[in-house]
Amino acid sequence: MTTQPTRRPALGWLFTDTLSVAKRHILKITRVPESLFFSLIQPVMFVLLFAFVFGGAINVGPNGAQSYREYLIPGIFAQTVMFAVAGITVGITEDSTKGIMDRFRSLPMRPGAVLAGHTLASLMQNVLVLVMLSITGLAVGWRIHNGAADALAAYLLLATFAYAMTWVGAWIGLHMPNSEVAGTAGLAWIFPLTFASNIFTPISTMPGWLQPIALWNPVSCLALACRELFGNPTPGLGTSFPEQHAVALAFGYALVIVAVFAPLAVRRFKSRSTGGAA
Amino acid sequence: MTLAIQARGLVKHFGEVKALNGIDLDVEQGKVVGLLGPNGSGKTTTVRILSTLLRPDSGTATIGGHDVVQDPDAVRQLIGLTGQYAAVDQYLTGRENLELFGRLFHLSKKDASARADELLHRFDLTEAADRGIKGYSGGMRRRLDLAASLIGNPSVLFLDEPTTGLDPRSRQGMWEVIEDLVSEGTTVLLTTQYLEEADQLASKIVVLDHGSVIAQGTADELKTQVGGDRIEIDVVDSVDAQRAGDALASLASGAITTDATTGKIVIPVTGGSTAIVSAVRVLDEQSIGIADIALRRPTLDDVFLSLTGHATEQPVESATPSTGRRGRRGRN
Repeated sequence: MTTQPTRRPALGWLFTDTLSVAKRHILKITRVPESLFFSLIQPVMFVLLFAFVFGGAINVGPNGAQSYREYLIPGIFAQTVMFAVAGITVGITEDSTKGIMDRFRSLPMRPGAVLAGHTLASLMQNVLVLVMLSITGLAVGWRIHNGAADALAAYLLLATFAYAMTWVGAWIGLHMPNSEVAGTAGLAWIFPLTFASNIFTPISTMPGWLQPIALWNPVSCLALACRELFGNPTPGLGTSFPEQHAVALAFGYALVIVAVFAPLAVRRFKSRSTGGAA
Repeated sequence: MTLAIQARGLVKHFGEVKALNGIDLDVEQGKVVGLLGPNGSGKTTTVRILSTLLRPDSGTATIGGHDVVQDPDAVRQLIGLTGQYAAVDQYLTGRENLELFGRLFHLSKKDASARADELLHRFDLTEAADRGIKGYSGGMRRRLDLAASLIGNPSVLFLDEPTTGLDPRSRQGMWEVIEDLVSEGTTVLLTTQYLEEADQLASKIVVLDHGSVIAQGTADELKTQVGGDRIEIDVVDSVDAQRAGDALASLASGAITTDATTGKIVIPVTGGSTAIVSAVRVLDEQSIGIADIALRRPTLDDVFLSLTGHATEQPVESATPSTGRRGRRGRN
């Protein structure tokens, strides 16, 4: 019978197992294209809403609405990357409560691969969303001004950040009792984090006590870094550390988030006892 | 010889609740052991510890000689697990599911695909292989789930309530599949609330209650423990009951109970079917009319009742299994 497992070092298996799990989630995306559709539609809605409804009321540069749209799109990029957390939170909780996690955990696969594969598939979905969002941005008047190398760096930063955030989502998902709770909990903390930032309005318009919080907010750093790399407006840029080193700080945030939440999530996954006591 | 499964003093708490209170278990290779008990008796917790999903608070367990806590990877190479929920991805097809688990068992692409084909064929799922699981019936899902647990050709298979929630026909099908596996030499640890299921499949039954083993043995041994066979007779005319009881005294292995109002006589016997023939003859000689006569063996229900002082709890639905014997169902 053809059931002799192949022998290979553990790290090699982590890689192969991760790809196997990622393939599962990508197949799933193709089976439920609605979920991809709605993850695309939401940021596009935000672009249209802010570009054409709120945008006229927010003044960020000499060219009025056009300046605001160029200001807005990198902000929406950052917001989209943050909202990526919600999807994986629900997905992980669903798997945990349905017994398939038990199957994974009873297989001789690398335990980390269950989460690594899920986050990898999630990253691919996010890249697709970023592409779609860029096209929408270009359509409403957003432009890249600083050349290909900087633009590539901006996209790399967004992808890295998106990947980091999916680990946070995975970690949260492993703590949730069911997917309904996960759906709410996955988003609840994202709202204050994204709105107390510079993504829609310059920080200088906020009350004094909120400004330092918004300034150091990783979402602000990410949006500012993208604006700088794409050559989009950065009105009222101050001299504080996060304003002067946005790109480095944003990469730093992403790496710290992965370094903290990936091990936490894997540890939680390994020790988690799903199911009841019966 | 190494035992397929060996557990010593397994203890597990969930918060305040003591789920396992020192479980010992020995399962020889190629045997089927049934863990029998009501909800909350510790069946699932035992299986989860033995299949490396849960760490015991204290105690040790080995599968094929490998410690489940110290060497979980070696254990996972040997085991297959089918839980209470169909642990498959409902968005994938049957084949995709099996290939996924095959790859994660570290079979090569080619082997994983061949093994998937083989299992689909074996479990009569070839036709549905390329359809999404969403469209599968409950029985098909369970079969796929069992197929998935066989991906690595396990020598020890854990089946946690494999037929809970199945209709009688699917359950019968599942039993046949399990019997086939056993005939090929797979060691099976089966948990069930269906007394009948343990009786049908298991060569040894371990009865759990409140996290402890309260009895073990073959189905027959357990039944003998409760008491042997008895003959139950309804006489046509209830005034004959006492006379019939007296006439049958020589056959009885214990105290005869007679009920003069219903005309029912219960006689504990040892001879089984020979005793019933003698009883008919005696009553015929006495010209006592028999409305009904039956030899009744204790069922595992009786065993459970007498061991625990309570019946199997929570009979949610009283399904009558297709084989016509008694059974109860309930689910967690």
